Amino acid sequence: MTAAISQRAIAVDAVGLSARCIPAAPCDLVVGGLVKRFGEATVLDGVGLSVPRGQSVALIGSNGAGKSTMLRCCLRLIEPDEGELNLLGQNIRALRSGALRQLRRRIGFVFQKHNLVPRNSALTNVLHGAIARTRSPRLWHQALASRQSREEAMACLDMVGLADLAERRADRLSGGQSQRVAIARTLMQRPAIVMADEPAASLDPVAAEEVMALLFGLMKKQGLTLIYTSHNLRHAIDYADRVVGLRGGRIAFDAASAGQDAASLEAVYG
Amino acid sequence: MADVAPAPARFERPSLLTFVMMVAVGAFVIVSFDGVGVSLSKAWDGLPAMGRLVERMFPPDFSRIASVGGALLETFQMAVAGTALGVLASIPLAILASRRHSPATPVYLAVRALISFFRTVPDLVWALIFVVAVGLGPFAGTLAIMIDTIGFCGRFFAEAMEEVEEGPQEALSGLGAGRLAVVFCAVMPAALPSLVATSLFSLEKATRSSVVLGLVGAGGIGIELKVAMEMFSYGQACTIILAVFLLVLAVEQASAWLRRRIL
Ligand SMILES: Nc1ncnc2c1ncn2[C@@H]1O[C@H](COP(=O)(O)OP(=O)(O)OP(=O)(O)O)[C@@H](O)[C@H]1O
Ligand SMILES: [Mg+2]
Repeated sequence: MTAAISQRAIAVDAVGLSARCIPAAPCDLVVGGLVKRFGEATVLDGVGLSVPRGQSVALIGSNGAGKSTMLRCCLRLIEPDEGELNLLGQNIRALRSGALRQLRRRIGFVFQKHNLVPRNSALTNVLHGAIARTRSPRLWHQALASRQSREEAMACLDMVGLADLAERRADRLSGGQSQRVAIARTLMQRPAIVMADEPAASLDPVAAEEVMALLFGLMKKQGLTLIYTSHNLRHAIDYADRVVGLRGGRIAFDAASAGQDAASLEAVYG
Repeated sequence: MADVAPAPARFERPSLLTFVMMVAVGAFVIVSFDGVGVSLSKAWDGLPAMGRLVERMFPPDFSRIASVGGALLETFQMAVAGTALGVLASIPLAILASRRHSPATPVYLAVRALISFFRTVPDLVWALIFVVAVGLGPFAGTLAIMIDTIGFCGRFFAEAMEEVEEGPQEALSGLGAGRLAVVFCAVMPAALPSLVATSLFSLEKATRSSVVLGLVGAGGIGIELKVAMEMFSYGQACTIILAVFLLVLAVEQASAWLRRRIL
């Protein structure tokens, strides 16, 4: 079974879709030999992955395979133990706090739990997306923000179809609305790469489909790189150009999503 | 029915150490009664005197009501001003004293220690110190209340900040927000109800202690009560006690109402 998978992956490789970064599309993300241990347990054991600009990659794998850990390591929300990590041409592992913040600014991250600040309005939450652009505290709250920033935030809310809920407190939004506000916050970042960790996992099937389609559509429209994890194999196939499977701390599967079906991906969980 | 293991014993057998400690604590409680001269007969003999005192307190003497009112207002103002200053000072200190938000462990430990020191030294002692430092009067009492408030709010603010959900903070640091921005955008809004409730509790506490601080000359109505008692003007003392009772009750009710509205 595994042999069949890797053969398939190699076949795709030969076409040049997956691992190589062709000069026409520079790589936004290059991960090499990434190792992360939690105490005794080695969760990531030499993960390598290159993602060319504009590609949408679905990361799949069983519970505990290390998908979230990998995404968090890419932003250094948790520190990797070993390996190469290059984002937007910068070696993120070498960056110190100020430079790290400047790089993070250009990388959107959508969490499974939207992670909005509960007592603040949707608008304030979206404005926070731009918080790293300036040192001034004006973006801390919508009441202080400049007209320009407020308009940009409203435009971002409009892109996710929630301009009319700008004043609503984040803890009074539905799960789907919250996740869309979180996407608007990411847009406000004017990101170059967006990472999303199970962005649709806590949503009902209809809202999940909406959020995935929205995210995928926005990224394609702006030509942004998207890396997301999902347990929904349909989502992995429909909203990605490429599917990557993690297993035993390594990449066990890597192929173009076109032509895949759920059965062929299930092997990753075996 | 299948073979089921018998239910465990109702009470766990204490270990030898626990048993020895229980005996020691019990013995100390009994010795303490003796040490402070707790005596039923003395309390019984004191009852008539207590009764006579209460009798002489009534009817309350309202002749000096204006000056009592003034002193009461001053007492409350001490509590309000001291609490306000204390709450303001507690916010930056609490950030430094929150394990998750403090810039460095030595800073965290030092500020924690300072706050504990402020809390463990009683407010009356602070009042004595400030009376010497800034002289008799309400300013000394206000400073004492401020320090006491920092001891109380500093600790509970820090704990409220530590308990705030991790997710939004991670999201903001993930998009490049600095430490201060994370504290003010993700931590403060979430901790706000708890901060306000703690501040209101602190105001109640300050109102009660501002009454006592007058006894050492740190301003407020305490001195009036002391003088009235020493001059045997029990009617006046009664008025003062009633006034204090009303003030504390009003502050407690108002604060409880406000807390219900916020939470
Ligand atoms: N902070 C941590 N401390 C210790 N172990 C951790 C920590 N975070 C994750 N792990 C462990 O690392 C492994 C990978 O976790 P991770 O969350 O990356 O998996 P995942 O692929 O995202 O799983 P899921 O599909 O359930 O989200 C798990 O075994 C988990 O218990
Ligand atoms: Mg996960």
